[in-house]
Amino acid sequence: MSIHLDSHIPAGPVGAKWSKHKFDCKLVNPANKRKYTVLVVGAGLAGASAAATLSELGYNVHCFFFQDSARRAHSIAAQGGINAAKNYQNDGDSVYRLFYDTVKGGDYRAREANVHRLAEVSVNIIDQCVAQGVPFAREYGGHLANRSFGGAQVSRTFYARGQTGQQLLLGAYSAFSKQVGAGAITQHSRSEMLDLVMVNGHARGIVTRDLATGKVETWAGDAVVLATGGYGNVFFLSTNAQGCNVTATWRAHKRGALFANPCYTQIHPTCIPVSGDHQSKLTLMSESLRNDGRVWVPKDKADLATDPRKIPEEKRDYYLERIYPSFGNLVPRDIASRAAKRMCDEGRGVGPGGLGVYLDFSDAIRRLGQAAVADRYGNLFEMYQRITNESPYEVPMRIYPAVHYSMGGLWVDYNLMSNLPGLHVVGEANFSDHGANRLGASALMQGLADGYFVLPYTIGQYLATSGQKKVTGDEPEFKQAAADVHARIDKLLSIKGKRSPTHFHKELGKLVWDYCGMARNEAGLLKALARIPQLREEFWNDVNVLGDGESLNVALEKAGRVADFLEFAELMCTDALHRRESCGGHFREEFQTEGGEALRNDDEFAYVAAWNYTGDFAKPELIKEPLEFDEVHLSQRSYK
Amino acid sequence: MSSNHMNLKLKIWRQKNIAAPGGLVDIDAPGISPDMSFLEMLDTVNERLQEKGEEPIAFDHDCREGICGMCSLVIDGRPHGKEDRTTTCQLHMRKYADGDTITIEPWRASAFPVIRDLVVDRGAFDRIMASGGFVSVRTGGAPDANAVPISKHEADASMDAAQCIGCGACVAACKNASAMLFVGAKVSQYAHLPQGQPERNKRALAMVAQMDKEGFGACTNLQECEAACPKGISVRVIAEMNRDFLRASLLGAE
Ligand SMILES: Cc1cc2nc3c(=O)[nH]c(=O)nc-3n(C[C@H](O)[C@H](O)[C@H](O)COP(=O)(O)OP(=O)(O)OC[C@H]3O[C@@H](n4cnc5c(N)ncnc54)[C@H](O)[C@@H]3O)c2cc1C
Ligand code: FES
Repeated sequence: MSIHLDSHIPAGPVGAKWSKHKFDCKLVNPANKRKYTVLVVGAGLAGASAAATLSELGYNVHCFFFQDSARRAHSIAAQGGINAAKNYQNDGDSVYRLFYDTVKGGDYRAREANVHRLAEVSVNIIDQCVAQGVPFAREYGGHLANRSFGGAQVSRTFYARGQTGQQLLLGAYSAFSKQVGAGAITQHSRSEMLDLVMVNGHARGIVTRDLATGKVETWAGDAVVLATGGYGNVFFLSTNAQGCNVTATWRAHKRGALFANPCYTQIHPTCIPVSGDHQSKLTLMSESLRNDGRVWVPKDKADLATDPRKIPEEKRDYYLERIYPSFGNLVPRDIASRAAKRMCDEGRGVGPGGLGVYLDFSDAIRRLGQAAVADRYGNLFEMYQRITNESPYEVPMRIYPAVHYSMGGLWVDYNLMSNLPGLHVVGEANFSDHGANRLGASALMQGLADGYFVLPYTIGQYLATSGQKKVTGDEPEFKQAAADVHARIDKLLSIKGKRSPTHFHKELGKLVWDYCGMARNEAGLLKALARIPQLREEFWNDVNVLGDGESLNVALEKAGRVADFLEFAELMCTDALHRRESCGGHFREEFQTEGGEALRNDDEFAYVAAWNYTGDFAKPELIKEPLEFDEVHLSQRSYK
Repeated sequence: MSSNHMNLKLKIWRQKNIAAPGGLVDIDAPGISPDMSFLEMLDTVNERLQEKGEEPIAFDHDCREGICGMCSLVIDGRPHGKEDRTTTCQLHMRKYADGDTITIEPWRASAFPVIRDLVVDRGAFDRIMASGGFVSVRTGGAPDANAVPISKHEADASMDAAQCIGCGACVAACKNASAMLFVGAKVSQYAHLPQGQPERNKRALAMVAQMDKEGFGACTNLQECEAACPKGISVRVIAEMNRDFLRASLLGAE
C-alpha cells in the first residue's frame, strides 16, 4: 500500500496563502476546547511555546520532557540569535527578503509556502518575546539592537548577549509556568516518550517511562505533538546536549510516520576542535563570532607549527575572504565548513592532527578596542578559555566544523501534521523549513513560529474535523504498546554483555562521521551500510546494562537511545546514498562544481525524500514530495 | 597513556533511592587527562565501573556548556567546585593535580531530596516559577517590540539577573538553604522592565510565599550564594526583592 502525500499547501499567491489558510481553518468552539486533550512531548522552544499557547486557548494540555525541568531543554544552549524581518535597521530587509534568503540558503530544497509563512510570523515572535519580558540587547536610544549573521547581508538577528536561546526559552518557560500554575498544563518532568499509540489509524496516545521511578505509563489524548528536537547525537560528538535523541521521532516512524530527508545534517563551521578520546561533546563558538573574527590558515605548510601571532599578514590565507569576496567570513555554514575541511585536506590545518583553522580577533580588537570585543563576545571567549586554556584576546581561536543541527525530521504537511492523522511535529523534530541547509538564527525562529503562531491554528483544523471517538487508554492498542515497551526494557536488561551503551554509541558515531559526515561518497556510504546492521546485532548481543528498570538507571536510558540511533543511522545513510546530488549540508563528493561547491541536480532531485518504515531497515520505501519553485528562481547558489 | 595523566581518588556519595541511606564510597580514577571536563572524568569512571559489573554513578547533566543548569555536585564542599563562576560541566581537570582526593556530594537541602546518588529533585524551583515568575501575557496581540523603548542600562540590569540558570548552587551553598538569590533574580529581571510593572507587587508576594512553603531557609546575608553562583548573579537582586516584597506587603498585591 503506497502512501499518497498531500502537503495541503493552500492555493493562491505565496504572500496570501497563510492569511487565507488561517481563515479557512476550522475553529473549535471555545466551550469544547477543554474537552480536547493534547499530549505535547518536548518543552524546548517549540514544545513550551505550543503547550503554553494551546492551553491559553483552552485545550487540556499534558507536556512531557526528559530533563528535570522544562527550562533545561536543549534550546537553552543557543547562543547567537533569532532572525526576524523587522527591518528595524532600515537596511532593506523585508518578509520577502527573509523568505528569499531562507529558500536560497536551504539550497532550494524547502517548501516555498512554509518558508514564506515563517518569514511572515517572524515579526510577531519578537513582539511576543518582548511582551513576556525577554531582555533582548538594546541600543542607547532604548530600541532593539540587531546583528548580522552567517548567510545574510542585512542585520536582522535579535540577540540577548551570547545567550539568546536561554532568554527565549526562559520566556517560553515563563508562559508555560503561568499555565502550569493556573492548572491548565500538567507537566511530566523526567519522562521519556518510548512509543506512540495509534488507534483506528489516528495518533491517540503515548507510552512514557518515568526516569526517576522507572514506571511505564500510557497517556490518552485527542492529538499528539512531538517537539523533541534533533538527532545530531547519532554522530556521538556534536554540539547537542547529551540527552538529545531520535527516540520519540524514530518510534513514531516505526508506527508509520514518514521520516523526511534524514541525510540533511548541518555541520557548524565554528566549534572547538576535538582534544582527545575522552571527549563527550563539541562546543560551539557562536557564528556571530564571524562578524568580527577573520578565518585564516597559513599559506605555507612550514608555518603550521609557528605561533600564529608571529606569522606576518602576507603569509596568511584569509581563504573565505579570498574565495567569496562578497560574503567573506559570513558565507553560510555549509560553505564555511567545507572550505575549512578543504584547507585541512590540503594539509594546511592547524593544531593537533591538523584539524583546525584560525579565527582571529586581533583586527577587531585593534579596530574596536578590547572592551567592545569583550562586550560582544566576552562570555564566548571565557568559555573558550575554560575549555582550551588559551585566551582568544591574545591568541587566535582554533576552530573546526562539528555536527550541529538536523534539517531532516518527520515529514509534515502545511498544517505541521505528519502523514499519521493527529500526530503533529514542531521545531527541529520536523523537516519543514530549512531545506538542505539552515541559516544561522533561523532555528529559534522556526521553533517559536511553529509553537506560538502556526500549530495553535492548524491543530484546530484536525480536532474539529477528525471525527474520532474518545479513547480512555484502556483500548488494546495502549496495552500492546505498553507491553512492547516493557519487553524492550527487559530485553536490554537481560543481555548482560561486555560493552557499555557508550561504547556502541562512540563506534556508531565515528562510522557515520567518517562516511556520512561533512563529505559523503558512494563507496563510503556502502561501507557504513554494511557495518551498521552488524553493529546493531553486536549491540543486542553484547550490550551491558546493569541495574533494574524500577529506578533511575542512566545506563538503561542511554542504551534505549543508542539502540534507536543504531536503527536510524541506517536510514540516514540510505537517504544519503540515494540522493545522487550535492545540496546544502549534503555533500556528495561525486557531485561538485569545478570550484568544489555543491552541485545540485534539480531535474532528478528537487523533491523531499520521505521514507516509510517497511519492517526491514535495509529496504525502506521512498515516497517523493516534488518541490515547486514559483517565486525563487532555481539557480546555482553563489556567495562570491 | 601520556605522562601528564593523573591518578585521582574520589569519595563519591552513593544512594540507591530517596528512602535508602547513602554514604561516601571510595573510587579510584586513574589516567585522567587534564583536558577532560569534570563530567568527562566521571564518564571514564563510569565506564570502568560498568566493566567491573558495578552500576554507574548517577549525576544530572545535559548541555555540558554551562547553560542548562542541569549539572550540580558539591565538590570538596563547594557547589560546582573550585573555579569561580564556572559550572561543574565547565570545570576542567587541569585544575587538579596527580594524587588529589576529591569529595563529590549532591546538593544538600531539605527542599531538594536526593533521587539517586548525586541526582536531586529541584521541582521546588519550578513551583516557585509557576507561582509568579512570569508576565501574564497571552500569545498574540503584543504591540510592536520597539513601541516601548527601554534604556540600555535597564535592559542590561534585567539581563544580568535573567542569566540565572536555575541550577540551585545558591541553595546548596547557603547554610540556611535559602533560595533568595534564585527568586530575587527572577523578581529583579522583571522589575527592571516596563513589562514587569503591572504584576510587580503580586509577583514578589507570590514567589516569596511559595519559596517559604517549599521549605527553603531564610537569608541571613552571608552572601555564600553569590560566591557560588556560576553566572555571577549579584546579591543586589536580593535587596531589590526585599524592597519589592516590603512595598507589596504594605500596599497589597495590586
Ligand atoms: C550549541 C547550539 C547553539 C545554537 N544556536 C542557535 C542560534 O543562535 N540560533 C538559532 O536559531 N538556532 C540555534 N541552535 C539551534 C536551536 O537551538 C535548536 O534547533 C532549537 O532550539 C531546537 O528547539 P526544539 O524546541 O525543536 O527542541 P529542543 O530544545 O531540543 O527540545 C526538545 C525537547 O524534547 C524533549 N524530548 C526529547 N526527546 C524526548 C523523549 N524521547 N521523550 C520526552 N521528551 C523528549 C526534551 O526534554 C526537550 O524538552 C543552536 C543549537 C546548538 C546545539
Ligand atoms: S550540564 Fe548544562 S550547565 Fe552543566
